[in-house]
Amino acid sequence: MESLQMQLLHLLQEDCRLPLEKLAVMTNATVETVATVIDDMERNGIILRYAPVINWDKTDRERVEAMIEVRVTPQRDQGFDAIAERIYRFDEVKSVYLMSGAYDLLLLVEAHTLKELAFFVSTKLSTLETVTGTATHFVLKRYKSDGVIFEGNDGDKRLVVTA
Amino acid sequence: MSFEPSRYLNQTILEVPKSGIRKFFDVAATMPGAISLGVGEPDFVTPYHIRNAAINSLLDGETAYTSNWGMLSLREEIARYMQDRYHLTYDPKKEILVTVGASEGIDLSLRVLMNPGDEVLIPEPSYVSYAPGVIFAGGVPVPVPTSEQNGFALMPEALAAAVTPRTKAVILPYPNNPTGAVLDRPLLERLRDVFVENDLIVISDEIYSELTYTEEGHTSIASLPGMHERTIVLNGFSKAFAMTGWRMGYLCAPAAFADVMCKIHQYTILCAPRQGQVAAEEALRQGREDGYADVLSMRESYNQRRRLMVQSFRDMGLSCFEPLGAFYVFPGIQKTGLSSEDFCQRLLREKKVVTVPGTAFGASGEGYIRCSYATGIAKLTEALDRMADFVASL
Repeated sequence: MESLQMQLLHLLQEDCRLPLEKLAVMTNATVETVATVIDDMERNGIILRYAPVINWDKTDRERVEAMIEVRVTPQRDQGFDAIAERIYRFDEVKSVYLMSGAYDLLLLVEAHTLKELAFFVSTKLSTLETVTGTATHFVLKRYKSDGVIFEGNDGDKRLVVTA
Repeated sequence: MSFEPSRYLNQTILEVPKSGIRKFFDVAATMPGAISLGVGEPDFVTPYHIRNAAINSLLDGETAYTSNWGMLSLREEIARYMQDRYHLTYDPKKEILVTVGASEGIDLSLRVLMNPGDEVLIPEPSYVSYAPGVIFAGGVPVPVPTSEQNGFALMPEALAAAVTPRTKAVILPYPNNPTGAVLDRPLLERLRDVFVENDLIVISDEIYSELTYTEEGHTSIASLPGMHERTIVLNGFSKAFAMTGWRMGYLCAPAAFADVMCKIHQYTILCAPRQGQVAAEEALRQGREDGYADVLSMRESYNQRRRLMVQSFRDMGLSCFEPLGAFYVFPGIQKTGLSSEDFCQRLLREKKVVTVPGTAFGASGEGYIRCSYATGIAKLTEALDRMADFVASL
């Protein structure tokens, strides 16, 4: 059986609005224990925040996303961390990964318009002194993100009553 | 004289009633917003790597018959699985038959055992197909009631009391649908004594074996000394691997039994569908390599929901025996003053929640309803809230 911590993480990942009482019943623990374990995970940075998974394409918000490959010159003593921080501090940057392979950092960047995003790359990102090159790939469609399928027929296909 | 079809039909079969579950289906299927706790199958979709194996098999053009017994490679996986999980030893060449669901196994077992008038003991409440299956095979079903007081387990005393000179076999359906009851080893040992003493054959339907929520897990009656020779074990992929629609099952039995069952299977079915067999083999092979990760994660999820269900029914003030197997709870609704049938009908009409009256599983199911927890947590919670409102309104 999974540890209490793992069970709670999986349940919360599925639905972070589950009340403590239900979590306790489902994991066969007391409400106090569940509360303590969750508090600890919040304090230790295992749980960072409770956020919904949003399909922005279904809202009327203007939005454009791009994956940007970035090549950089790592700095003595600090490696990639310092330059990564210089980049992830920008609000437009939603995710940053250090990668193996042909480039160093992979960014997920979001802006309201194509123009705004292009402006970010040309004036903010490319101009950083350690950035030696970028390649921007616009996101055309999001099929699945964080384990959630965004479009597709995933409804219940069972009969209503079976023996 | 007008043409009357029923004159031509087999009287015995005509007299077997249709399943009581059907009418709830007909009502619920047309009701928008209804939440169903009436589904007797996993809410998970078959794991993708298993589906993918079947897709690849089709792309490779594997569209021909297999051996009547099923693909030997699959039977070898089943033999290993039975050994690893349940300490059961079967020869994949002549003691394992791949069937079209465990359902075919029920039918084959009964057909090879029944001479006209032979009696079969069936714990009750239990799955709807056993008694009709006995009748179709020319035998006589004899219900042996179980009770909440005994955890819906088959009690050796009740079993012994039901034995007559015509009793030939017993169906042992644990973990049980609809009650969720399981049988632990000490009880199985006591039952074994009754089986052996009365020279009974046991048809052990273990389709829910992987969904057992006790530390020791499922024990097969066939693993007890003296039982291997007189037990037909039925199992399959439907519940453990969320593969109901594939119709993939198997039976394990001593060669003398298996051989005769294969004779019927050979003439009536020929072989189980090939892509189902390929998928089933993938399920077991991958399971053996990754410690049955698919099964474990599904079981963990069912177990969490199981606890939520039991607690919620108890909070409603209903009696609720703690089921330790399958994915059903079987709460008692006696205190509401309603019959099982009325309770389910009104719950459906007034709150749009589908449940199944206990009486669909035998007369001794009166006073109980079957609720499946093979449904997502959000829907389950909503259904439980509606049921709490309903019970409070009575």
